[in-house]
Amino acid sequence: MGIFRGLRDYPYWLELTYMFTYKVFGSLHPLIRWLGYSRVNRWIRLPEKIVKQAIFDSKMCGQCTLRFTGMTCPMSCPKNLRNGPCGGVRADKSCEVDPNMKCIWVEAYERSTRMRLYGDNIFDIQPPLNNRLSRKSAFINLLSLQGAEMPEVWKSQTGLTHDRE
Amino acid sequence: MTASRTNGRFESALRSGKFVVTAEVTPPDSADPNDVLKAAQVFGRYADALNVTDGSGANCHISSVAACTILSNAGYEVILQMSCRDRNRIAMQAELLGASALGLHNVLCLTGDDVTVGDHPQAKRVFDLDSIQLLQTAQIMRGDGVFLSGRKLSVKPKFFLGGADNPFVEPFNFRPLRLAKKIEAGAEFFQTQYCFDIERLKSHMRKVCELGLHEKCFILIGVGPLRSERTAEFLLTRVPGVHIPDVLVERMRKAPAHEKLKEGKKICLEIIQQVRETKGVSGIHMMAYKQEDVGLEVMEEAGLLSRTIAGKQLNE
Repeated sequence: MGIFRGLRDYPYWLELTYMFTYKVFGSLHPLIRWLGYSRVNRWIRLPEKIVKQAIFDSKMCGQCTLRFTGMTCPMSCPKNLRNGPCGGVRADKSCEVDPNMKCIWVEAYERSTRMRLYGDNIFDIQPPLNNRLSRKSAFINLLSLQGAEMPEVWKSQTGLTHDRE
Repeated sequence: MTASRTNGRFESALRSGKFVVTAEVTPPDSADPNDVLKAAQVFGRYADALNVTDGSGANCHISSVAACTILSNAGYEVILQMSCRDRNRIAMQAELLGASALGLHNVLCLTGDDVTVGDHPQAKRVFDLDSIQLLQTAQIMRGDGVFLSGRKLSVKPKFFLGGADNPFVEPFNFRPLRLAKKIEAGAEFFQTQYCFDIERLKSHMRKVCELGLHEKCFILIGVGPLRSERTAEFLLTRVPGVHIPDVLVERMRKAPAHEKLKEGKKICLEIIQQVRETKGVSGIHMMAYKQEDVGLEVMEEAGLLSRTIAGKQLNE
């Protein structure tokens, strides 16, 4: 899957698109809140899924970490690793589990070095996935939860701010 | 470096600055505790601590916590390995708490080999947490005294936390930074995958030292003897993440049949020698599955036996 996956090799443009989309959603936030998060979620879930699947082979986990993971979807990793590569990467940079696939973290790191806005975000520790959010729109989750998707203690420990501008 | 977390012999040995030796024990496929003790017999007396693997290579064995408890009760200093492959966050936190209650404070947090390389490739892989999230979870339990849910623990657990490091596979430039990420998540010691490529290790360690990470953690380098080129082949094809330079495989192949074992030991000794000269290294981690006797001979020849007998409090 991921018919437009070639786009992933232009991480800077993806970053800009991401920032722009986020700003749009941010400015529409009052309207979205008025309409109701779950209603808007129903509307945009499908288009979001189509676009993100075409480019990132998205698994719709509902918690996009793309800017923290070199604009590469970490859910394509068979081990779903969200904090970096495991120790099983093969000599030809392919995946321990599926030798036909390049390790997504090798790609993620390479791309992060070419990102101009969020490249260093790859060093932030990502919290465990909130499995209740899967199959929902990540943008709506972001707006409606405001960081509440991660355990409260997690935030205090790392001092990580989940602010996305 | 932070103050001592536990009063364990492993942590104390590392903090004392001596060159530490740990060794890997694979728990047996048996319900007899004596078999666990037997598995630890060879290295038990000589290593500063024994790593007890948790379904290594995704193969089923007796549980790591059970084997650790048996060994710890017999006086051994153990390192509990925990892999994220088989349990979700509920089971992991339960196990962490249980381990601390049983006096098992040294915990090595691993992502774990995938189910496909083991004896149950049909199994469901869990990976609810990854190794860094597991470290962070243990750090939260130890520091804040709560579960991830925020629910309070009446007594905080004690942990000396470790992580794995593999300098020998891509993405090379990210590996030292990943080490930093693990340190931030609470790791205080590291054990690496088998080291056969000393140049790779040296460039990794240079970067680690440049970042000042060697002052924030203890790094033990994984070593192990090769028995023949077939062992090399096995490690390369069946154990994820092992890199052996062709030169070494060739050396093993060229050695005559009766000399292969000797050649393998020689290579291992050379590596240990070079590891000891590398800045930022705190010790070695001996992995010699099914050839413990050879591993022991290597340690003896490297002059590491006489100094590490403190491993087991000899109570027999």
